[in-house]
Amino acid sequence: MPLLWVKLHGMTQDGPTRRDVLKAGATAAAITPVLTQPVLAGAAAPSGAITLLVNGERHQVEVEARVTLLDALRERLALTGTKKGCDRGECGACTVLADGKRIKSCLTLAVMQEGREITTIEGLAEGDELHPMQAAFLKHDAFQCGICTPGQIMSAVACVAEGHAGSDQEVRDWMSGNLCRCSCYPNIVDAIREAAGR
Amino acid sequence: MSGMDTRVAGGVGASALRPDGTLKVTGEFAYSSDLWLDDMVWGVTLRSPHPSARIRSIDVTPALAMPGVLCALTHEDVPGLKFHGLDHPDTPVLAIDRVRYQGEPVALVAADHPERARRAAAAIVVDYEVTEAVTDPWRAAFDPSCPKVQEGGNVLRHQPVRVGSVFEAPVVVTGEYEVGMQDQAPLGPESGLAVPAEDGGVDLFVATQWLHVDRDQIAPCLGLPPEKVRMTLAGVGGAFGAREDLSMQIHACMLALRTGRPVKIVYGREESFFGHVHRHPARMRYEHGATEDGRLVYVKAEILLDGGAYRSSSPAVVGNAASLGAGPYEVPNVAIDAYGVYTNNPPCGAMRGFGAVQACFAYESQMDKLAEACGISPVEVRVRNAVSQGSRLITGQVIDSPAPLAEMLRELEAFPLPEEPAAGGRDLRALPGGVAQTTHGEGVRRGVGYGVGIKNICFSEGFDDFSTARVRVELAGGEPHVLVHTAAAEVGQGLVTVQAQIARTELGIDRVTVAPADTRVGSAGSSSASRQSYVTGGAVKAACEAVRARLDKLAEENPGLTLPELLERSGPVEETREYRHRPTYPMDPVTGQGDSHTQLALCVHRAVVDVDVELGLVKVVELAAVQDVGRVLNPLALEGQIHGGTAQGLGLALMEEIQVVDGRVRNPSFTDYLIPTILDMPPMRVSILENADPAAPYGLRGAGEPPTLSSTPAIAAAVRAATGRPLPRVPIRPQDIALPA
Repeated sequence: MPLLWVKLHGMTQDGPTRRDVLKAGATAAAITPVLTQPVLAGAAAPSGAITLLVNGERHQVEVEARVTLLDALRERLALTGTKKGCDRGECGACTVLADGKRIKSCLTLAVMQEGREITTIEGLAEGDELHPMQAAFLKHDAFQCGICTPGQIMSAVACVAEGHAGSDQEVRDWMSGNLCRCSCYPNIVDAIREAAGR
Repeated sequence: MSGMDTRVAGGVGASALRPDGTLKVTGEFAYSSDLWLDDMVWGVTLRSPHPSARIRSIDVTPALAMPGVLCALTHEDVPGLKFHGLDHPDTPVLAIDRVRYQGEPVALVAADHPERARRAAAAIVVDYEVTEAVTDPWRAAFDPSCPKVQEGGNVLRHQPVRVGSVFEAPVVVTGEYEVGMQDQAPLGPESGLAVPAEDGGVDLFVATQWLHVDRDQIAPCLGLPPEKVRMTLAGVGGAFGAREDLSMQIHACMLALRTGRPVKIVYGREESFFGHVHRHPARMRYEHGATEDGRLVYVKAEILLDGGAYRSSSPAVVGNAASLGAGPYEVPNVAIDAYGVYTNNPPCGAMRGFGAVQACFAYESQMDKLAEACGISPVEVRVRNAVSQGSRLITGQVIDSPAPLAEMLRELEAFPLPEEPAAGGRDLRALPGGVAQTTHGEGVRRGVGYGVGIKNICFSEGFDDFSTARVRVELAGGEPHVLVHTAAAEVGQGLVTVQAQIARTELGIDRVTVAPADTRVGSAGSSSASRQSYVTGGAVKAACEAVRARLDKLAEENPGLTLPELLERSGPVEETREYRHRPTYPMDPVTGQGDSHTQLALCVHRAVVDVDVELGLVKVVELAAVQDVGRVLNPLALEGQIHGGTAQGLGLALMEEIQVVDGRVRNPSFTDYLIPTILDMPPMRVSILENADPAAPYGLRGAGEPPTLSSTPAIAAAVRAATGRPLPRVPIRPQDIALPA
């Protein structure tokens, strides 16, 4: 039976970080998002091995030149915390940090990011301890459906580091590249201002 | 009850945090687009490029010849019933002999790589004979020479409302209004994973609003009994009505059953715009008659809603527009006709506030006209006509729970207005045009406007509207633990939080797990119509009460034992309950009369805008809202709903429109379909009232939709006040302000 990853949310009060693994009917589904089978295996376009440094870990991956950083993260490294909302730089759901600067990972190719230090939403927390920005988003309910949230948080971390969180208006100006359709914007402003230390 | 403290932390009324919140801020929460199985393949849909055409032939052989392609399917491969639909199975799973809108699914491909699947789909040869597209809903409805989009005719529902016979008054105001086609635009695209099972069935993991209604449409089309279609809710990246109809569900299952492999389908952003229904665009003619002091004598209206090619939830949208078509005002004489119409425009269905949103823009615009004609303020005209508890709606239904509209308006009016900075002291970024710095303040005018909305909560017109909850108390690690299991879709509204809060309050046990939603428990109904806190909340409450009654009995029989000791002795205690709200009744087909709604909710908005009247640019400076929610279950989550609903109303007022030309969508991207950014959304002032509805669990009143209604007309009124333009259409475009016809 195929391994891998029909993981869904386990919503517990006392163990919210627990990830429930569901059984897919008669199929025994199991654990851990480690992808072993290259998605692009056998495709015709030329590919080459590159090394991506993501969240402090080196990953050697074979990718075609046309593969975006976003697809490499999601489909090759199984880092699906980075979301694909539009795949053309309009929504910001795919925001990650490259050498500390925020970029839209759908607008850059994986091969162009070799040698840069990439940080994704999965790399923010220290073990079970949330990054202050994650904690602030949680506390202020700065998300509803949450699918834009990884991008919002990565963008917010950079926004503060850039020194662009000095006022509510400044936060709005510098966070306007990240769409939130649930429109949690007032709470996002509050969360970022708190994490920035007002 | 013995041994229990019912005042545990995190119960009803607390700002309990989302149990799925940590997963969402760490990127671990698995949305439907994140699912993965090692041996899965990818499904892709070929769609019609034409709004109306006959299909002479489909040749899939070029696709099958391509490397990596496992199968290519057409309507001939649909194993069972070839149609599905929310209200009525009229929508082909895959087009049969003709297509009725641009983007209609025609064929499917599964391949080992998404790009290969896409290329193979593009290689399928479809021979179309383009036919005349019906794109004018007036013509579709009223011109007998117009081609029929569906065999039964182009009017899918006509709902009149008739009250009284006096249609003359000293003051008469008229208007023709339009609402553009809005899109729900959830950021999570339609997606899911179908896994073929050894018993011939299929397991489907998908983002939806209602698992059971999906299953009940999917199973017949697959030729399977319902129990062989097992569904589990995957993480939902926003819904807002877009996931009420099926999108990729049957397609993925068909491909999975044919290939014997798990099949993943994920729509791209452009495809998403074609892959779900939109908010009905509306054309409306209104005439209000009133006394000289602004008291309504009559309302006449024609409301035309363009449903596109298939029914979807259009009948309910028409019912809402008709029954709520005069707004929350006392009107003794009414003649309203609401029509839902088939065309070859993009299909329309549910979106937050469905049917009530469109009418609200028109009747509120009329109330402002009436205020002006009578020389009284916009607030005053609304107060003079406001409903209250005991008022009769135009359907004859009596509002039997608190509806303090006049008080809400007075409170709203009393909020201090934001300061208007002196011309020289403005932050240019805060002006219309923002960082583009198109003005230093010259040409900028401020305006203030008010809007009022009334929305039915839960499903109406006789629908058997219920939810099911299973609640189990057992020992886990020596401590009592509650498991709540429902099929209700968490779509971001915070329903999982509320379910856990209810369990804590009812059982006095703080350790609560809400199980993933799936079809192993009875239907919860849809996460729409602001109904889940009411109906699924009611079901969870009822199941908890049943569990508590059993625990009480155990405690009586075993005096002196603690709860853990009782549970040790008894084993798990589990109860399942269905919950229904009070019955509703169909609207009379001729007069529209009848108690068609179970609950009604009010929200009022004040908008303050700055408008650059030369360039037509609008900056919303502040939005204030007063909403009566009966009982607050979770203050933090509730405020989020009010923010979100308000922002989507802002989008409809100023920027959001699917532009359709000759039946074709011109702007299927976030570059061209604009949704509000953090810069567009102003600070909000929110006041929440708690006048309980005695018929509802905890007295609560559904809250997600009402703010979406009232923010649009408030903003439109504010822009009118700033510009002096009539602005009968939303979204208001720059040219409507700067270059009026």
